[in-house]
Amino acid sequence: MLFPPDKELLQIIGVTLRMSFFSTVISCLIGLPLGALIGSKSFRGKAFLKKLIHTLMGLPPVVAGLIVYMLFTHYGPFGRLQMLFTVRVMVVAQVLLITPVVIGLSSSFIESASKPVIETARGLGFSGVRTAALCIREGRSSLFSVVLNAFGRSIAEVGAVSIVGGNIQWKTRVMTTAIMLETNKGKFSFALALGIILLLIAFAVNALASFIVKEHADG
Amino acid sequence: MKKLFAILLALVMLAGFAACGAKQTPAEETTAAPADVTTEAPVETPANMVIRLSTTTSVNDSGLLPYLLPTFEAKTGYKVEVQSAGTGAAIQKAIDGNADVILVHAKASEEEFIADGYGVERLPFMYNYFVIVGPKDDPAGVKDSADAATAFGKIRESESKFISRGDESGTHKAELKIWGDEKPDPAEDAWYISAGQGMGACLTMASEQQAYCLTDKATFLSMKDTLDLDIVLAEGDDMKNTYSLIAVNPEKIDGINVVGAQAFIDWMLSDEASEMIAKYGEAQYGAALFYLLEK
Repeated sequence: MLFPPDKELLQIIGVTLRMSFFSTVISCLIGLPLGALIGSKSFRGKAFLKKLIHTLMGLPPVVAGLIVYMLFTHYGPFGRLQMLFTVRVMVVAQVLLITPVVIGLSSSFIESASKPVIETARGLGFSGVRTAALCIREGRSSLFSVVLNAFGRSIAEVGAVSIVGGNIQWKTRVMTTAIMLETNKGKFSFALALGIILLLIAFAVNALASFIVKEHADG
Repeated sequence: MKKLFAILLALVMLAGFAACGAKQTPAEETTAAPADVTTEAPVETPANMVIRLSTTTSVNDSGLLPYLLPTFEAKTGYKVEVQSAGTGAAIQKAIDGNADVILVHAKASEEEFIADGYGVERLPFMYNYFVIVGPKDDPAGVKDSADAATAFGKIRESESKFISRGDESGTHKAELKIWGDEKPDPAEDAWYISAGQGMGACLTMASEQQAYCLTDKATFLSMKDTLDLDIVLAEGDDMKNTYSLIAVNPEKIDGINVVGAQAFIDWMLSDEASEMIAKYGEAQYGAALFYLLEK
């Protein structure tokens, strides 16, 4: 299965990348603007909101999986969408898990690192949204690590995706649930080999992303 | 920073390959020097009061072991540490030296385990039946089938959804045996879903998708209230499910609690345990979940 990689392994890698990519993009589209807004503004209830976000950052994946499962189960509120045991619902669970992380990390970063930017924006009389947008623009290379962090969480997560995805062969099986399965089968060395492949993929994605950003910054 | 990460990654990979490569050596060492093991192993173990039992989910999650073990432990003073997983993993744990005795249900794998020298003797002692569960209206019409093979044929013909464990557990192996030479291909046959999960997760999935599933009766009955499924076929000739005890061979694997494993096996085969097993399930489900093999 490993050398050369067979059709099934390639398919599993494909599902893994697709799931992680969409989870990362969606949670960053939601999380980065919110994080920038929270980080650059001061308002009543901010301390409480930050505590709430930090709590959600520690949301156990199995709990997120369970919540999404209950929402999309046959008799659940979104049951008629028939999305349970699909890659789409795995993305939903991942977004629930990762978005608080993106908000939390990006707001802390902007709060601490973007003071001069925020002050300049205030001096120019910018609105809150415009200030937040400026913070994102100015801090983009550092916020990039937040995005990679989100991707890393997404690709490494197993609890939520196995509950809502069901680890179905040729459909919702990803690298982590495949590793779980091989471990449950007692094929520990094969499971470890899959783990190494997962690490290599994560490394490749990181390297590629850094390369693109660097090119972008130079150009 | 990047360099550091690359070095770390290389280290992890090295460790990984070393672990893969090292897998063979313990077995070789023990076969090369059996004399050492046999001279060291006996007696001097009365202090070891822990028995490591590697078993399948169906005997643990159905509540049988939690029901039996307190009596055994109170009587002997042993503490039984139960690890439950699919039969494939349960056996692998014993091969890796992490168990003293196994309780599993996959004859071919058990015989291989013994043939490879890891197990002492296969002691079949109890059985039950696999059942086919499915949607209450039974769309494939398997209800009056003579046996499981016929029922599976009808499921295939009607292309009704079927959830397979797909995890090389005893139940999965039993299922593959029933399909015989015409195993469905998860890649080609969209109705055949290879879930790669435990019995409970598969039953939940079958209920969600209104699919058929082969299960041990005990797990199904213990979850019945949460499932929108019925037993559509029970007790066909090809649905018998036999459980065996096997002590791990101390000549092949060191560190085995030989005395403890034997004490556990002796008690499990005793009249006291037999009576308890025969009664188990009557109070809760109105029928016994396990039957004893004639001695």
